[in-house]
Amino acid sequence: MKHDPFAPGFGSSFYDYLAATRPELLPAATSLPPGAGPPQVPHGTTVLALRFGDGVVVAGDRMASDGYQVSSRRIDKVIPTDAYSAMAISGAVGPCLEMAKLFATELEFYEKIEGRTLSLSGKANKLGQMVRGNLPLALQGLAVIPLFAGYDLERRTGRVFKYDVAGGRTEETDYVAAGSGSGQARGALKKRFRDGMDEEASVRMALEALKDAADEDLGTGGADPVRGIYPTVLVITAEGTREVPENQVSALHQALGASEE
Amino acid sequence: MAMPYYVSPEQLMRDKAEFAKKGVGRARAIVAIRAEEGILLVAHNPGASLNKLSEVYDRIGFAGAGQYSEFEALRKSGVRHADLTGYAYSREDVTARGLANGYSQMLGQIFAHEMKPMEVELLVAQVGPDTAADEIYRISFDGSIAAEGQFAVVGGDADRVTASLDRHVTGVAGLAASLALCKQALEDGGNGTLSAADLEVALIDRSAKGRAFRRLGTPRVEALLAG
Repeated sequence: MKHDPFAPGFGSSFYDYLAATRPELLPAATSLPPGAGPPQVPHGTTVLALRFGDGVVVAGDRMASDGYQVSSRRIDKVIPTDAYSAMAISGAVGPCLEMAKLFATELEFYEKIEGRTLSLSGKANKLGQMVRGNLPLALQGLAVIPLFAGYDLERRTGRVFKYDVAGGRTEETDYVAAGSGSGQARGALKKRFRDGMDEEASVRMALEALKDAADEDLGTGGADPVRGIYPTVLVITAEGTREVPENQVSALHQALGASEE
Repeated sequence: MAMPYYVSPEQLMRDKAEFAKKGVGRARAIVAIRAEEGILLVAHNPGASLNKLSEVYDRIGFAGAGQYSEFEALRKSGVRHADLTGYAYSREDVTARGLANGYSQMLGQIFAHEMKPMEVELLVAQVGPDTAADEIYRISFDGSIAAEGQFAVVGGDADRVTASLDRHVTGVAGLAASLALCKQALEDGGNGTLSAADLEVALIDRSAKGRAFRRLGTPRVEALLAG
């Protein structure tokens, strides 16, 4: 109660509050002993986001790999962070998921303390600072390289952002991809992206790009109809965030296969 | 060296309590009531750009009567506590009981040890899967805490508002009926005739997944009151 409301850590940022009072809970709190090699941990692979007429589509494969081993076939790498934004992760799975959780808490906390939501630019900027905070761990092999996408309620458009390991933030006009299969995914998106597509066409395009990535990249998991595992696809528009149901994704996926033969 | 005057502890506590009561007594009343759709919070707060009702966590709401600066600081520390608990453990580990206990400790400490007690009275409410599982806690300036039943009232005219609700509330009602009862009770508390614009209304929505706190704007309140 005696805290100065403007003192560091007692404003509207949960991240700052954690850093000021419970730094051991920050994702980057643990550092590896000097000289230690990068630890063997699961890594997530291909995620992407693209803009369409009404907003953005964010999608990711479901694979987490540990070197040449499959670590998990069904993790979700696309995580809604509030009603109008989502983060897609590539890099070391543990720190990535931890950062996504922290970022979602950050946005909710700001909203509750201030009584209004952060602007989309404000959210994207904050995520950049959090990625930069992880740099010491990234240099030791535990990189967090997220994508960020959302619907900008002021500009009335979808926007997509990518980050480098040092927290550098780049906004792209049309699409972004990250992870080991991102080269193939970007190639697919580059050839087919059109301005003002409808939702179905853009979801199909996202699935196609992920399929290309899975075809060419060992680390990216393709759709697995036998086990019923399909990419995670999120659509964010002025109405909010919603996940495309699995049966719809599987139907679109089947149609993709058929059109190729 | 000047000797401090002796004041008996009883006298000291009485004076502090009287001071705090006077402060809270100047505040307009706030009602929390269990309804079918969730827990309804209604405050007499014209304009309402400075909120008296707010969200703490998924299924937990907060209402503060008294000094704005004081209950606002308490609200923020509640949000910090809730978000920290939810982040360090899991979302379902954040409970109204824990939060209300924390407030009770904090207010009790301040009442006992600080020169000036806080001039506030708080409500912490958590909606459950059914009305029987709803929880409403009332915490006073001295840290005393009570788990309330069907409804709870804080603020200046609490006695008269409570009396009105006692007379009219028969059981758990729907949203519109509950809102009408609360408005009636606030009017009976001596606020004169109230319009939708005089009320700040929020619902902790029983059917919601995740964050359940919803503000009901003036048009919605008007429509509900019109039946």
